Amino acid sequence: MTDLKLYQVGTFAAGNRLVDLELRSVQAHADRANSITSGHRACQGCGEALGARYVLDAAMRAAGGDVVVANATGCLEVFSTPYPESSWQVAWLHSLFGNAPAVAAGMAAGLRALGRETRVVGQGGDGGTVDIGFGCLSGMFERNDDVLYVCYDNQGYMNTGVQRSGATPPAARTANTAPLGPEPGNAFGQGKSAPLIAMAHEIPYVATATVADLRDLERKVEKAMSIRGARYLHVLVPCPLGWAAASSDTIRLARLATESGIFPVFEAEYGEVTAATPIRRPVPVDEYLRLQGRFAHLFGKHARPDLVARIQAAADRNIVRFGLVEAEPRTGS
Amino acid sequence: MDHPFAITLDVGSSRANKTGSWRTERPLYVHNQPPCNRACPAGEDVRTWLYDAEEGGDAYERAWRRIMEVNPFPAVMGRVCYHPCETGCNRGQLDEAVGINSVERFLGDEAIRCGWQVTVDQPSSGLRVLVVGAGPSGLSAAYQLARLGHEVTIIEAAAKPGGMMRYGIPEYRLPREVLDAEIQRILDLGVHLQLGTTVTDLDATMREGRYDAAFLAVGAQLGRRAHLPAGTASHVVDAVALLHHLGEGDRPMLGRRVAIYGGGNTAVDAARTAKRLGAEESVVVYRRTRERMPAHDAEVREAEEEGVRFTWLSSITQVEEGSLTIERMELDETGFPQPTGVTEQLPADSLVLALGQDSDLRFLDGVSGIEVDHGVVTVDEQMMTGRPGVFAGGDMVPDQRSATVGIGHGRRAALGVDAWLHGRTTAQPDDAAPAEFEALNTWYFADAPRAHRPLLEAVRRSSTFDEVVQSLDADSALYEARRCMSCGNCLSCDNCFGVCPDNAIIKTGDPDTPYLIDLDYCKGCGLCAAECPAGAIRMAPEDI
Amino acid sequence: MFEQLEGSRAVAKTVARCRPAVIAAYPISPQTHIVEALSDFVRTGELPGCEYLMVESEFGAMSACIGASGVGARTYTATASQGLLFMAEALFNASGLGLPIVMTVANRAIGSPINIWNDQSDSMSQRDAGWVQLFATSNQEAVDLHVQAFVLAERLSLPVMVCMDGFVLTHAVEAVDLPEQAQIDAFLPPFAPRQHLDSRDPITIGSMVGPEAFTEVRYLMHDQQLAALDELPRISQDFESVFGRDTGGLVRPYRTEDADVIVVALGSVLGGVNEVVDALREDGVAAGSLGITCFRPWPAEAVRAAIGPARQVVVVERAFAPGVGAIVGQDVRHALRSAPGDGPAVYDVVAGLGGRPVTRASLRGLLDDVVAERLDPHELHFLDLDHELLERAGTPWRRTS
Repeated sequence: MTDLKLYQVGTFAAGNRLVDLELRSVQAHADRANSITSGHRACQGCGEALGARYVLDAAMRAAGGDVVVANATGCLEVFSTPYPESSWQVAWLHSLFGNAPAVAAGMAAGLRALGRETRVVGQGGDGGTVDIGFGCLSGMFERNDDVLYVCYDNQGYMNTGVQRSGATPPAARTANTAPLGPEPGNAFGQGKSAPLIAMAHEIPYVATATVADLRDLERKVEKAMSIRGARYLHVLVPCPLGWAAASSDTIRLARLATESGIFPVFEAEYGEVTAATPIRRPVPVDEYLRLQGRFAHLFGKHARPDLVARIQAAADRNIVRFGLVEAEPRTGS
Repeated sequence: MDHPFAITLDVGSSRANKTGSWRTERPLYVHNQPPCNRACPAGEDVRTWLYDAEEGGDAYERAWRRIMEVNPFPAVMGRVCYHPCETGCNRGQLDEAVGINSVERFLGDEAIRCGWQVTVDQPSSGLRVLVVGAGPSGLSAAYQLARLGHEVTIIEAAAKPGGMMRYGIPEYRLPREVLDAEIQRILDLGVHLQLGTTVTDLDATMREGRYDAAFLAVGAQLGRRAHLPAGTASHVVDAVALLHHLGEGDRPMLGRRVAIYGGGNTAVDAARTAKRLGAEESVVVYRRTRERMPAHDAEVREAEEEGVRFTWLSSITQVEEGSLTIERMELDETGFPQPTGVTEQLPADSLVLALGQDSDLRFLDGVSGIEVDHGVVTVDEQMMTGRPGVFAGGDMVPDQRSATVGIGHGRRAALGVDAWLHGRTTAQPDDAAPAEFEALNTWYFADAPRAHRPLLEAVRRSSTFDEVVQSLDADSALYEARRCMSCGNCLSCDNCFGVCPDNAIIKTGDPDTPYLIDLDYCKGCGLCAAECPAGAIRMAPEDI
Repeated sequence: MFEQLEGSRAVAKTVARCRPAVIAAYPISPQTHIVEALSDFVRTGELPGCEYLMVESEFGAMSACIGASGVGARTYTATASQGLLFMAEALFNASGLGLPIVMTVANRAIGSPINIWNDQSDSMSQRDAGWVQLFATSNQEAVDLHVQAFVLAERLSLPVMVCMDGFVLTHAVEAVDLPEQAQIDAFLPPFAPRQHLDSRDPITIGSMVGPEAFTEVRYLMHDQQLAALDELPRISQDFESVFGRDTGGLVRPYRTEDADVIVVALGSVLGGVNEVVDALREDGVAAGSLGITCFRPWPAEAVRAAIGPARQVVVVERAFAPGVGAIVGQDVRHALRSAPGDGPAVYDVVAGLGGRPVTRASLRGLLDDVVAERLDPHELHFLDLDHELLERAGTPWRRTS
């Protein structure tokens, strides 16, 4: 009975006292890198702080600790490096809001020129990635620079007062998409799917992940680190502040986002989707939306079931498009 | 390297910033009572021995010893217990209850196979305790008392020990070598066993044996009779007697067509036994419906598979040679069966009555202080009768009647006896909060359907007394153990350590206290509690 | 060894001999042949061990340079005009992080209106970006300053712009004495960064600094830049001892010792200015010129010393600041603040914007007017301003200050 899937918590929890150390998640190890450590000023239950540690610890393990990081301006940068204290335990450089992919590309070039094996991770929030940094990101993809770029998507500009970004979902309340008028909250539209656009560059690897499925996330980081060239990982990191949700619901929300089909979890190589994580316990989008104050105007006295239905339709489309429902239930991998 | 002021910082320097001051709630690791433990009449710490067993290999012995702390019959109970633990199991609300009983049986069988023994770890107390009756309750008490250092003598009326385990439960459910092995292990502790002896005068026996205390567990061996008009040639036996004969090795003649009257487990046992004794037809006649039948569902299902028929809503009004008159019943609003006056004939060469059992309490006549009410002996929390130093348990006291309940009584009484002998009161069991299903985060449990024990093929079952329900193989037993969700207790899955955005969980490496909260940094977000698969973390308000 | 080379190519060859590890550049106009030539050198192996990143924008170019320099690689880029402006945010960042990036700015106008020709508005607009700005008067000097720029940048951990006039220099074919590889190798040691990202000795670079220390951080940056005022003359002297050419250090005074009137200018216009100075001298006017090689940090003392007791100072600027006028002129006045007496009259003259030639004749006319005191030193002057065009635009010449 060496098959991990038969154990009580399967592959879904961080660790498992009964399996070999190397089969446990990176996060289960007391000697994990803790790439971002205690004392940072992220809000309680911050998904981004968690996501960044998950990703970088996994990258550190995959690269034997030989990693440097370029970080875009944003929550992650602000809460981690207010003078005189840094929460980073990796070699880390912050330059600007919109240039992390280019900085990372420069790092990779510099390291290659210097004959070093050090691997480069670029990272930023959704604003720094899908909005202001998009030109640099696209350039990095197009040149196939040897960088793993990670977007921690919390669907808005959060530490500046919750403003709308190109990744803010339809109907969501932000500081500049108030729940007013006939179309309350953010506009409905196609949105801007950075992963799909990344795929259009036909780079070696594109994947989405969430903080709710650690093993999946770590596997993708590990896979990304085994590949050379431009790689893109888009991680959904719920934001208790911006989403107006309980700090203890961060992971639950990420889980509901995937289980409702709102956030498809998949991976792609050279522009083709190669795998999608099937929904394990399907839920309607309501269950996801109701936990978040930013969607409160869709429920209650002036409920807007029509808008909820539109969100559901988008989720259903994801389910079909990415094949998120499979006949056999998942028992862990 | 020469670092420019302020724009370059030392790594990890934020640890100077103690974010624990933000906290309004703090996480606490709890040890809540899982429903399996709560439900176990024997008082087993099911969650914990499953936790041990999950490791497999050497840990099986640890798991078995943990069972043995409270129950000396894992192999027997792993076969005959009606496992209320599984009924209570939270996993039943997710997919199917954990097959606790089958794991227990596996462990019990492993112990027999490997020859694991228990020892007496207490110095001899020099005190003598009498146990009357070598059934599950008496043996359980004797086992515990012996391990507490007392000199124990069991007096048993039958020729062999085991009580209803031997004389009530047919061999196809409990092979005798298993029973003998587990009894022998108790006797090996130095327990004296006096067979074929009936205690008729308790006071006299105690006095003559110079016993300091006694535990009475004589069971309920008397089959209840029904007042049925019966012809002289009719062949009517009671189930208790039938099964007792069988236990003594006899093969009673019942004829080609056998009817069994009653709806309990004994009725089903009798019906299945009749099949094995050669009856072509074995029909259970019961006054109510299947839903209202007290017999356990699995037993009924297995019986049906073996060809036993059931005649529901039927009452026997007349017994003739070769035939029974049956009156159709119907349930009234209260669910009580009422006669309809419609009758029919049921061919039957013999009728087995399984209408309940009573205790033979004549040996207590004249024993002062002991109170008998509705045929059972009144006892207190520690199982002590009104007579100081005399305890009672098993089927002869008011409670559910099962071997498991009896084992629990035996242990409780043993602790009571021990405390009484030493002039102490027994420790109150700590009142842990129940571990509710709602507190679990079942997402983390892999979809893992239960591993069912294989059954002997039906043809062999209906003709032999071979054991019907087989053991799980080792892999399946391990698999089943690992389905346990460890309700309300840490299962060392590292999830709290993993999900804390502030690295505020310390992994100790100590299996007893695997994690500590680093209150210097814990912001009290509650993610560890929300994402604990086992519901083993609770958020408690800070005093601020 | 002298070669007849286009300015861009001369610079490219020299930069290549400085052995940059990473070059990141945006390829097109506003751009020069410098990066094209470097791209060739990387491809042919003439510049071994160098990574060339063809980025999607100048912002990307400077950002990639930041990354490369951040990991300890010698880094170079080039741009001009709008491209420099598109870099602006990253320029401030590179200097703030103290990254010794060397960049050629082929000075060109900035729009709107779009104009691809030479002036110095671009680098002047980035005056406060925290970069050292060196201005070349000729292609030979451009070549020489690039070599020194790497030394200066890496010694002080500061980024350095070498500014050379677009087209006028970059596209001009002249005889240039290219520094030999061996000479450069002797003069420019391998890059030993003050700090760099190293996974074995990790640090956090680029923190957020609040009011409690921000002023001090900025002061330290200022202090660090001022150190170039000491360092550059030293480097320049060393350079002369190795290469035999005097590049002047901070400023290039020409016949200023006894001058009554001194023309201050930056870049290629100085060639013409000096010819006019010679002509004036021949006509008995005690004229001189002062070329500013190091515009940032501002060499106030050197400027004051060079101007000495001159009565008139004419600042010829190929850029200007709308709404106020002079850029360099303000700095000259700043330098003269502590000069004895009332100090000289300082004339602000905007010349040669958007590629308009600055002819010797115009300069001579200007200086004749200055010497004759026909110009008001309190006004802003435009060389060769076309009054007819202004009339046509409906806004006739009104005032300049």
